[in-house]
Amino acid sequence: MRGWKWLTETPFSWRMAARVAIKAAALFFACNLVFALTYPVPALGKISVYNWLVPGRERLPYGENTAAYNLSLNSVEAMFAAHRVSQPKAADELRMFVIGDSSVWGILLENRETLAGQLNALNLQQDGRRVVAYNLGHPILSVTKDLMLLDYAMQYQPDLIVWLVTLESLPYSDQLRPPLVANNALRVRDLIRRYRLPLHPNNPALVDAQFIDYTLVGQRRALADWFRLQLYGFAWAGTGIDQVIGDYTPRSSDFEADSSWNQFPEPTDIPATVLAFELIQAGYTAAGTVPIVLVNEPIYRADGMNSDLRYNAWYPQWAYDQYRDLLAQQAALYDWTLIDLWDAIAPAQFTDSPVHLTAEGSRQVAERIAAALPLTNPE
Amino acid sequence: MELFSIVVFAGAAVPYVLLPMRLAATRPWILFVISIVAIFWLQPTLDIRWLDFSLPALTLAVVGLCWWLSRERGTPEAQLRGENSVSALVMIGIVIVLTLPRYISLPDALALTSRPPPIEGLLIGLLGVGVLAGMLNRVPARVALAVGLIGLVVGFVLLKAEPLTAQIAGVLRQQAGQDAALAKAADIGWLGFSYAAFRLIHTLRDRQMGLLPALTLREYVTYVIFFPAYTSGPIDRAENFTPQLRAVAGLNGLDVQRLSIGTTRILIGLFKKFAIADTLALISLNTVNVDQAGSSLALWGMLYAYAFRLFFDFSGYTDIAVGIGILFGITLPENFDRPYTKPNITSFWQSWHATLSAWARAYIYSPLSRRFLKQKKLSNDAIVLVCSVATMVVIGLWHGITLPFLMWGLWHGVGLAVHKYWSDRTRTWYRGLKDKPGQARLWRIAGVLLTFHFVLLGWVWFAMPDMDTAVRTFGRLFGIGAA
Repeated sequence: MRGWKWLTETPFSWRMAARVAIKAAALFFACNLVFALTYPVPALGKISVYNWLVPGRERLPYGENTAAYNLSLNSVEAMFAAHRVSQPKAADELRMFVIGDSSVWGILLENRETLAGQLNALNLQQDGRRVVAYNLGHPILSVTKDLMLLDYAMQYQPDLIVWLVTLESLPYSDQLRPPLVANNALRVRDLIRRYRLPLHPNNPALVDAQFIDYTLVGQRRALADWFRLQLYGFAWAGTGIDQVIGDYTPRSSDFEADSSWNQFPEPTDIPATVLAFELIQAGYTAAGTVPIVLVNEPIYRADGMNSDLRYNAWYPQWAYDQYRDLLAQQAALYDWTLIDLWDAIAPAQFTDSPVHLTAEGSRQVAERIAAALPLTNPE
Repeated sequence: MELFSIVVFAGAAVPYVLLPMRLAATRPWILFVISIVAIFWLQPTLDIRWLDFSLPALTLAVVGLCWWLSRERGTPEAQLRGENSVSALVMIGIVIVLTLPRYISLPDALALTSRPPPIEGLLIGLLGVGVLAGMLNRVPARVALAVGLIGLVVGFVLLKAEPLTAQIAGVLRQQAGQDAALAKAADIGWLGFSYAAFRLIHTLRDRQMGLLPALTLREYVTYVIFFPAYTSGPIDRAENFTPQLRAVAGLNGLDVQRLSIGTTRILIGLFKKFAIADTLALISLNTVNVDQAGSSLALWGMLYAYAFRLFFDFSGYTDIAVGIGILFGITLPENFDRPYTKPNITSFWQSWHATLSAWARAYIYSPLSRRFLKQKKLSNDAIVLVCSVATMVVIGLWHGITLPFLMWGLWHGVGLAVHKYWSDRTRTWYRGLKDKPGQARLWRIAGVLLTFHFVLLGWVWFAMPDMDTAVRTFGRLFGIGAA
């Protein structure tokens, strides 16, 4: 066999085969044991080709379309290491983090069209420093996720934080279900402990790893995701694509005569304890002296069938109106800087969901937010 | 082959090698049965009703007919008529058994195909094959063999020319009571036919030339559809395969040398295919990202990834096929020998898909060049050019009858002819480099780089679906056209 002499001319014996099998098994076992004991996955996550061999991403990794050279993964370290926010802060830079859900991440929007992109297009300045907006949105509706990312992102020295929330990201009942949250149980428990959050640290939604899960075998998915993220870096660098933007089904305008929301089948008074306002306050604590501008993000207001009952597919009017009142009360109570943009954008500027905006809608939101930013000398 | 199929095939080798001596004689029959069942099992599900069952059945019919055509009439097979009848009955029996899920409920794991057609359809098909075999038996062997060869080539054209294939799909959809408007070429995904056809053509042509060894039906069928090589080659020759097949009965099942080599080849193949090739696939050139690349550099990167992905994918599959074959006692021929390190395009083609190259050399290049040489109308250089182009164009069109594949064939055909022209005129000078090892090494490195990049650029024709995209890609690789 041409090229295979090294194999075909090796004299094999059962003794040798057994020796190889035993050695391989021992090595496999030892590697797994060492891996589990040292658990290098978080450290590995910080190693990245981004911001080194290839440019950092404009938004956090998310998605499962191979044509978009992007993927969802659970390693917060790897997500941030792939983002351009992990570059050193320039001396003339005022860092503004924009956090929130898919409307911030920019579903169906190119990077320059997202809220952060539009804010950067405004060329805001503060005392001679450039205001550089970083898109730290992640398409999951959970303020726990926002808090987790904000808490981690503080090491990248923000000067200002813009945090967009909506009612769907606030119910306590849904906080820990998203995979990114559920699979970061240690991180979430740490948040619960440090900020005394009213979340149960033993909530069954949190995925608790056993010893086997820390081995190479147990972490094979995490390792594969990390590797794929690095590999996609080259495709990202070559194409600038991180999302396939194609045709979409527009958000619906006609609804069933249904007034239910979350756990409430009928209109009722929503207790403030149902909504995770404490997590927003924890975000303020995490930010320390860095100012946070809280934004109630714009929603689609339909004018179709049963639009007198519902603003859109997500929100019956009674629930959303109460939420806005509660949010305003909490903002006043905790002294949050709140901008309520719920009706700031015309219905035509919404795309496939009640909160996803067109590029123009996104630009309008950026202008409204920019006008309200605590910049003392904006020009 | 999917990972699961590979594991199943490799796993099947365990009871095969552990067969007690008194049952060892059944090994050739086991390979025969596994190969028949495998072509049904490996066939992907198709949109047209019953087709994913009918195509493997048709494969068996075609293989059976080709055996009938290529047999030596009235010689050793006649003595083995009893065995041939048993083989035919086993083939038919297996196909009938595989139709049982239509009539009895089986667990999903045991259902090898989607819902099979009614058994009466199968019997009518069988009758048709019998009638055809009878008709072909009445014509002289020379004519029957020519009919067989023409039939295979026509079948090839029908399957490889997308508009024709789509039309056939439309007819089949109508027959099956489905919407003909939805017909597309991909409806007829006949797994393994391309490789089987090469083997069939080889046997028919060698019978014409009187070179084919005598084969029983069982040997012939096992050779053509041998399960490790059925989907992706290599394309073995009957005279290499058959003696090994005959020897498996006396195989030392627990030969550690053979088992170790086979297992190692499978593991290497799995790594090449599923770790390297599938990873490179994420960033390699394709019809989507070709227009996404923001710069020439990015496009070059994707093209390099494509070239290596193709190599690791294909050579990985070859390693797996060779490894499984070794476990079952059959050493298939090698297909790849570090092709990207070859200093010229001729060497490249001797080491890239080498069994296909050898097949094309034997059945296209050599007969064609012999004919031209006999006619004495063309110069030697012209003969080399015409024969190289014709051979490579056929190889190109084998992948699909499209303009880009035609261009890919032309690209390599012209490349081979130019290299022959060059090497004929520089041979003396090149031999002189033996005394200048440094210079020889430099020339070799230059040759490797030049050959690799010639092949690399050729992959653009191979990877792109139409001429516009291919030409645009070439332009963008060299900074011409919008990024």
